[in-house]
Amino acid sequence: MLFYIIIFKSSSVGRIIFTCYNFNKIIRYYYIKEADLMTKITLEVNGKKVARDVPDNTLLSTFLREHLNLTGTHVGCDTSQCGACVVHVDGQSLKSCTTLAADIADSKVTTIEGLANNGKMHPMQEAFKKMHGLQCGFCTPGMVMSAIDLLKKNKDPSDKEIRDWLEGNICRCTGYQNIVAAVKEASSKM
Amino acid sequence: MKTFNYHSAKDSKEASKLSSSNSAFLAGGMTTIPSMKLGLASYKDIIDIKSIKKLSGIKVSSKSVVIGATTKHVEVANSKEIKKTIPSLASLAEGIGDPQVRNRGTIGGSIANNDPSADYPSACIALEATIHTNERKIEASKFFKGMFETALKKGELIEAIEFKVPEKSSYQKHPNPASRYAVVGVYIAKHKSGVKVAVTGAKPCVYNDDDLSKALESDFSASSVAGMKLKSSDMNSDIHASAEYRANLVVIQAKKAVEAC
Repeated sequence: MLFYIIIFKSSSVGRIIFTCYNFNKIIRYYYIKEADLMTKITLEVNGKKVARDVPDNTLLSTFLREHLNLTGTHVGCDTSQCGACVVHVDGQSLKSCTTLAADIADSKVTTIEGLANNGKMHPMQEAFKKMHGLQCGFCTPGMVMSAIDLLKKNKDPSDKEIRDWLEGNICRCTGYQNIVAAVKEASSKM
Repeated sequence: MKTFNYHSAKDSKEASKLSSSNSAFLAGGMTTIPSMKLGLASYKDIIDIKSIKKLSGIKVSSKSVVIGATTKHVEVANSKEIKKTIPSLASLAEGIGDPQVRNRGTIGGSIANNDPSADYPSACIALEATIHTNERKIEASKFFKGMFETALKKGELIEAIEFKVPEKSSYQKHPNPASRYAVVGVYIAKHKSGVKVAVTGAKPCVYNDDDLSKALESDFSASSVAGMKLKSSDMNSDIHASAEYRANLVVIQAKKAVEAC
């Protein structure tokens, strides 16, 4: 690949061929100088300091999944409705698909990968397993992260309070009964 | 999402200086970011105003509640002082979107966006708010101009919203079950000077329903508005509710609000 880039980089014909092949990222890097729109983002993710040069328009979900390979944070709807992408930033839950990485620079981020301690599941994860709080599992990371934030604010929530809180998390298997049961179970353990 | 330059402004002056005809201020980003992702909006520069400390915070006196533009919904919902002085305003904030949206979304952003179904614009109209910008003070009744349109000029930045404390008030929303935006929301506030009945979700822009206001000024009771027929010709009609349905819902929500006052 690099060989071709070197050959084509110097000629306008090469440029056109590249465009035709739609090597968008390479073209942008070499000719539009997207690097001008890059920012160094430093974050503490799951207790580890990380720093990456990323474009200004990088979403936190993209930063986690594509730059740090933390693919436990899921992107479901990508329009801030489903909550599969919920992570904690400085202790508060938010939707990582609707947050710019640049916007939360220098914050502490916790993702689903950061919950287990020495191979032992977090009580919320344990409760989801015990109560069958997941079917396909796609929404689960967001559900778990959101529910942990609820229990931080309300140690013993009622069924209604759990349902109200999980308003921003959608389970397309519609397994809500067991999800609510799992959060209830976790509230007795946490 | 198209590329842009991200800036973080230290104060209102810098934010205003950075702004151009192709820029947007970013607070919570709960509407700005999805709009950019969907390709409905694109900007050359995004100016983050969250690190401007002056823009965040709640000040309460016996006559007014002043809320900084970048104050988050969760802060308004949990504020003990607001719960005491204008409980309806705290419960309005509690009903916006979902917890994650409330953790990020801001009052200034909601008002600047002026979504036809947003909650806060109705509070501004009902509580006779004054919008403080970096250039001037604007009365709420002159601020909301039309669908997604406000009196804000390019580079003008909302700094705070000053609400008048009413004698009593209530906000009753019939939410869309998926988005929690208002299909119709009615905010009633009884002031010494009169009664405001702000309606959101029903028309392209929030408005004060003069007929309902008059009826309640002469007799502040649920029975005085019950059975009133509103004109539906200029109301919104979509898959969620027809114009006639909305016209009827305004009266029903108004009745509920009076009862809850």
